[in-house]
Amino acid sequence: MHEIVNNSPRWPATNANASRLEHLSASVNWTAAILILVLALVPMAASAIGELYYVTLMTRALIFALAAVGLNLVLGYGGLVSFGHSVYLGIGVYTVGIMMDHGITNAWLQLAAALLIGTIVAGVIGALSLRVKGVGFIMITLAFAQLLYFFCVGLRDYGGDDGFSLNGYSDFGLFQLGDNNTLYYAVLAVLAFTLLWVSRLISARFGMVIQGCKSNERRMVALGFPVFRYQWAAYVLSALICVVAGFFIVNLTRYVSPAYMQWTVSGELIVMVVVGGIATIVGPVIGAIAIVLFEEFASHAAFGLPGNADAFIHEHWLGALGVVILIVALCLKQGLYGSLFKRSARRA
Amino acid sequence: MLTWNVLLMQVLNGLQWGLLLFLLSAGLTLVFGIMNFVNLTHGSLYMMGGYFGAYAYGQTHSFWLACMVAVVGAAIVGVLLDRLVAASLYSRDHLDQVLATFGLILIFNELVRIVWGGNTSVVNPPEMLTGSVEIFGLRYPLYRLMIIVVGLLVSGLLYFIIHRTRIGMLIRAGATNTKMVSALGVNIKRLNLIVFAAGALLAGLAGVLNAPISAIQPGMGEPILILALVVIVTGGIGSIKGAFYGALLIGMADMVGRAFLPIAMTEFFGRAAAQLTGPAIASMGIYLLMAIVLIARPQGLFGGRHA
Amino acid sequence: MESSIRKLIAAAALSVAATAACAAPVKIGFLGEFSGPQMAYGRDMYDGFMLAVEQGGGKLGGVDVQILKEDTQLKPDLATQVAQRLIEKEGVPIIAGVSFSNIMMAIHRQVTEKEVFLVGTNAGPSPLAGEQCSPYQFFASRQGDQQSEAVGRYAMEKGYKNVIAMAPNYQGGKDVIAGFKRTFTQGVTDEIYTPLNQLDFSVELTQLAARQPDAIFVFYPSNLGISFVRQFHAAGLIDQIDLLSMGTVDALTLPSIGEAATGVISGTYWAPDSEDPASIRFAEAFEEKTGRIPSEVAAASYDGALLIGSALAKVGGDMSKKEEFMAAMKAADFESIRGKFRFNNNHYPVQDFYVVKAAKDSKGRMNLETLQVYPDMADAYASQCAMK
Repeated sequence: MHEIVNNSPRWPATNANASRLEHLSASVNWTAAILILVLALVPMAASAIGELYYVTLMTRALIFALAAVGLNLVLGYGGLVSFGHSVYLGIGVYTVGIMMDHGITNAWLQLAAALLIGTIVAGVIGALSLRVKGVGFIMITLAFAQLLYFFCVGLRDYGGDDGFSLNGYSDFGLFQLGDNNTLYYAVLAVLAFTLLWVSRLISARFGMVIQGCKSNERRMVALGFPVFRYQWAAYVLSALICVVAGFFIVNLTRYVSPAYMQWTVSGELIVMVVVGGIATIVGPVIGAIAIVLFEEFASHAAFGLPGNADAFIHEHWLGALGVVILIVALCLKQGLYGSLFKRSARRA
Repeated sequence: MLTWNVLLMQVLNGLQWGLLLFLLSAGLTLVFGIMNFVNLTHGSLYMMGGYFGAYAYGQTHSFWLACMVAVVGAAIVGVLLDRLVAASLYSRDHLDQVLATFGLILIFNELVRIVWGGNTSVVNPPEMLTGSVEIFGLRYPLYRLMIIVVGLLVSGLLYFIIHRTRIGMLIRAGATNTKMVSALGVNIKRLNLIVFAAGALLAGLAGVLNAPISAIQPGMGEPILILALVVIVTGGIGSIKGAFYGALLIGMADMVGRAFLPIAMTEFFGRAAAQLTGPAIASMGIYLLMAIVLIARPQGLFGGRHA
Repeated sequence: MESSIRKLIAAAALSVAATAACAAPVKIGFLGEFSGPQMAYGRDMYDGFMLAVEQGGGKLGGVDVQILKEDTQLKPDLATQVAQRLIEKEGVPIIAGVSFSNIMMAIHRQVTEKEVFLVGTNAGPSPLAGEQCSPYQFFASRQGDQQSEAVGRYAMEKGYKNVIAMAPNYQGGKDVIAGFKRTFTQGVTDEIYTPLNQLDFSVELTQLAARQPDAIFVFYPSNLGISFVRQFHAAGLIDQIDLLSMGTVDALTLPSIGEAATGVISGTYWAPDSEDPASIRFAEAFEEKTGRIPSEVAAASYDGALLIGSALAKVGGDMSKKEEFMAAMKAADFESIRGKFRFNNNHYPVQDFYVVKAAKDSKGRMNLETLQVYPDMADAYASQCAMK
């Protein structure tokens, strides 16, 4: 990784690496672009076969894809296993929910507020958690997530453990998120933008430093990089992406509840990132879609198996998911995307 | 209302809960410390202990037999886990371990539902322990007293093993510097197996001991797993002493939060405010405590260096 | 020539489609908890409902029905997903079941907004009885406060002075305590709310032992109830303090609690020792089918199924006739196992409530024995509902 020794102050990377980066970003954008294109066709396909429910299902998948992309920034590229990212989903959900409850439906205001709160919370949690290394980091992020979870459970005015349902939708002025298709395309657009932004970030110096920290932190410190500042920035940025995902999910379900902040949700996000392929741009998207679709079909699809096997699978699909996760953890270390599309320029 | 015998009772409650947590945390801290293995399945071992115990109790109606079956059963499951899954993960990074054990949690929960259904199983305490004993005018359940006794005995036993036997020395050495121990010719695989199985045994014991007090159901391992993680991180990973004091600290904190915080809040802020925020603060308190300890001393209270 | 053949084919296709539509069973979504510690509720509800369907030969009110069972896992966010799926993908005209009030609160709006009928057979949250009542909502069970109101009345009559109330810290728990306080005008000395997942009550029980109230009133459903009553008994408190309850000792928890529950008082809207012939037939059929004593939840679901059946019969299975279906539901013209059954203006029933005691029945099993009946209790929120 001799590119990193070149600590020229210019941003982004210098011309010397331009050709390699050009090649990389071209290949990354291709896959992402094709994926976005295919996803854009989903609402039309769904109405063609008369199953409008799939738009709702895929919206949910894309929202989790967004959150997974966010987590991947700090988990996949940064090598920091955060077990508390569900908190940021919750911040998005609660900020929007509480504002909506008080009559503020302007989506721009809601987003601004959510991102502000998210920055503050992630800034504090990140600063404190990054002091601890290794297993301690995993645990302390978990602890903070639990802390905020129980805090929201204690919010009696907002339903506490039960949460509360929302009456309206976020209003962007030009369009509202009330219509299924509008919401789908809004999420897709944000996802596309985020993928582009993340891929740019990763190819730039910031991304290099982060990945360098993942591969050998001591060396980075020795080279004079302000490791803490980069990791902290990565953490906050990844949190903010999750906050936006939270904004969308509350518009999808129209339900505000602390359940989004449970540690099991953090676990699921990690699963989505790894199953899809860590440290890849589109891996988390693939992973999230795969998991959400698995959940839907394993619990409802008619497999035509003999006897009671169908009902058995429907009831115990979580166990099947567990098996899949175990296999991926043991064998498919690169995740679905990483294994299926072996790229020569594979990061760390 | 807050007389000193009530205080004593509550302290006993905190002690009992803390000791139960210790049983669960002792194995977990060693697995984390020596094998550097993030084992989320520990909660499932606790659950298996409960289920094996419930099954044995259902067949024999003997609490003591149920305990033995639970403990042995959990140890066997632990051995299987180590050989089949964990061994291949010891050299991998934490992310893979988190993922694999997370998947295992789902598998165990479903397995238990498949075999025993989603019902709540019941274990009854033995006849001689169903009553309560009078301590300074208040009645304390005999069964909980038994848990305290067992907890203290196990703590003593563990202390003896860790500090007075050869294997204990190996364990302590392994917790400090695994590579060196291996380089010195100790069969690290066997050591890992012993530690893992012992941890599973203790978890199973905790599961069956807690069964008469709580409920045996799928997913019962996860809430207590989180608490055990808090205990070992606060106490220091790899340190049995840390697990012991950490568990007692958490047990007491939980009790204080539930018993005395509402009283204090009622005094200062009135009943309404106490009811409003009391439960929330009680739940949050433990995590706040852990975060504070970690920030002040990242390796935990008694933690040494671990990889 | 071609065009007439085409028309013929079109006509044939249409008539086939029409007959298919008429013969198509009415899909009823059934939401419940079929996993986790609360699965006992979901199971009883479903078994009670399906008993009516089976007795009708796969029909309710002579109309073919297809019951789509969905598990909410007691997660409100999952429930919204599930309800969305039932409405959007399966196109169900009726959603029935729903054991817990938090689930009901999460889904009610998205169901009734789409003009889908919501027939609750257990949960009866107070907001839906008052301001948020909807003509598409019907409750075959009761309003959540009423059982505790009955126990509160009983407690007043018994003359308890010092009563402490306990419940889990969620909306359902608070509703129950509110109901108790409404009729127990003496006023409770204190209210203790424990975390929803807390199964170990040692700390709270020690406090109770120290404070020595005359009685305590608790609401701890399913596993919480099993744990609480057993620990209460183990702490020796059962001899010192009277235990009044709601939803804590019932057919779902008594088999696990066992004799430790003896003497515990509860409030319910269907008593297992009712002498109504329809009720006795139901109890026997349920026991034969499942091997368990039915709980009030199963009874309400059975009634709910019969209620839906009565309305389906009146519209001939044609769910596009929503106004008529609604009117038929409101009329509640069916043979309820609770005797007389009629709806109040907010679509909650006005019915008799029973104060019961846990004791061994004639077959030596732990069961509930009626102590007192309070006839024709209506809920406290009906006046807040704008419907007539």
